[in-house]
Amino acid sequence: MKTVIEDLIIKSAHIRKDLLTMIFHAGTGHTGGSLSCVDILTVLYYQVLRIDPMHPRDPNRDRFILSKGHSVEGLYAILADRGFFPKEELNRFSTYRSALIGHPSVKVPGIELNTGALGHGLSCSVGMALAAKKDCSDVRVFCLMGDGEQAEGSVWEAAMAGANFRLDNLTAIIDRNRLQISGDTESVMRLDALDRKWEAFGWHVDIVPGHDMVGLFEVLDNTEHEGKPHLIIAETTKGKGVSYMQDMAKWHHGVPTEEQFRQAIDELDAYIKEVSTYA
Amino acid sequence: MHDMLPNRKAFTETLTELAMNDASIFVVTSDARGSVTLDEFAKELPDQFIEVGIAEQNEVGIAAGMASFGKRVFVCAPACFLSTRSLEQVKVDVVYSGYPVRIIGISGGVSYGALGYSHQSLHDFAVMRTFPTLTVMAPCDRHQTVAMTRFLAANDLPAYVRMGRGAVVDVYASSEESFTFGKANVLSEGSDATIIAIGEMVHRAVKAAQLLKQQGVQVRVIDMHTIKPLDTETIIAAARETGRVITLEEHSIFGGLGGSVAEVIGQNCPVPIQLLGIPDEIPVEGSAEDVFSHYALDPISISERVIELLER
Repeated sequence: MKTVIEDLIIKSAHIRKDLLTMIFHAGTGHTGGSLSCVDILTVLYYQVLRIDPMHPRDPNRDRFILSKGHSVEGLYAILADRGFFPKEELNRFSTYRSALIGHPSVKVPGIELNTGALGHGLSCSVGMALAAKKDCSDVRVFCLMGDGEQAEGSVWEAAMAGANFRLDNLTAIIDRNRLQISGDTESVMRLDALDRKWEAFGWHVDIVPGHDMVGLFEVLDNTEHEGKPHLIIAETTKGKGVSYMQDMAKWHHGVPTEEQFRQAIDELDAYIKEVSTYA
Repeated sequence: MHDMLPNRKAFTETLTELAMNDASIFVVTSDARGSVTLDEFAKELPDQFIEVGIAEQNEVGIAAGMASFGKRVFVCAPACFLSTRSLEQVKVDVVYSGYPVRIIGISGGVSYGALGYSHQSLHDFAVMRTFPTLTVMAPCDRHQTVAMTRFLAANDLPAYVRMGRGAVVDVYASSEESFTFGKANVLSEGSDATIIAIGEMVHRAVKAAQLLKQQGVQVRVIDMHTIKPLDTETIIAAARETGRVITLEEHSIFGGLGGSVAEVIGQNCPVPIQLLGIPDEIPVEGSAEDVFSHYALDPISISERVIELLER
């Protein structure tokens, strides 16, 4: 397990480098929220999801929905790394006629749903989990939402439905980085106590440090909550992994200058070296 | 089948019959089983019936998610809510993601009468037809409703279909002759003018043409059951051959059938055109029939507007 975890830590640092490179070259992107959810995506895509990049439309695949669609850069980097499409495609991020646009698109192999308008992903995930139940299949559905997204009323419509339909094949994750585009989530629109709200809606709730690979693996891979959908609050840091971006709302969609980009890459390279030395 | 049947009832009867033999057909509704007339479906096919409560956004999202698993999902709820509250879900989850959900808006237009503007949908054709790939239709009678329902069950297309609440007089004698996808039906030939109507206004156009015939005016009547994809060929031929076009719809005069026809005529074969529908105001209070009379959408008034256009 120790080696697996170290591999995941190193992998997530490489994904951070990839997504920063994409954003820097494209001159656009949602940097902070992408960095905050990389570790969640890494655990899902390298340890939890039952998917086969060679058969991206396999009906028995697990489904992952990125409801906070603006954080797509890390997902693209992971899908490319997993072999869903050639890694060179990442260089075309946000360019003319590239399928890799600033929000998930089903034109990209491995993407299940076009998102970007917040508050949609969980409803669609409920529909998928419900369809899987109707098919008596063991397909699991995972949906990653933002914390600012919790202000959308449709999230709570879906929360009600997930519990009502007893969808224990559905896991929703909140990337709880506590910052949204205008600042602190609690000053924009108070969200706490999210755990009690979701519990009251009938979900099994876990709170986990959102950059702890072991903790993330334990809760993400545990879908044994009979009759209840599963909600994970992953307590994360916006801009995680780059010192000057961490916990700063301005990096929600900030694009680094060349100097800042070099510094970010250097920091991540140093981190990879440090972790590799321990290994 | 009954002599007078609301289109919504013809729809649910047909869908229930189809779903008995096709387990992939699902109905998703938002506390509207009564108003859609889904009680029989829910009773006969409880496993294919999904109730989401009063939550139209979630309703369309769930439908899209189920459609991504290959389910043939019919979202059934009042047109006023589906075409407004859940519009973004229609745009993003259905159209943009490319999942073929069938959205059935019942009690459309001014069907709900005195319940007021909150319950009217006089904008739905206009907004829905701007979404790429979304088929937009409105059946005129029970026979056409049956044909459209069969078509929707057999073809995986994202679609919005609006139907009314009350019973409608028959335009067609059978479902077989009533509907070909993408092709308008010419109900009567004529060379003096053309009335192009949609949905539950079609029978009024037929009646108006009969009145005009008694006055020696030969009017072509076209049942434009599908606004998208639009049968432009039939519109252009009518404009060229009759020289005058009147559109008739239970919809705002902005952006619906009239707007669609005017776009085609203006760009291909400009001729005088008159758009009949609900004017740009909060509609008058009253039953559906009161509203139609108030806005001169009864057959006699329609025939008078045709004469005015001929004299223009």
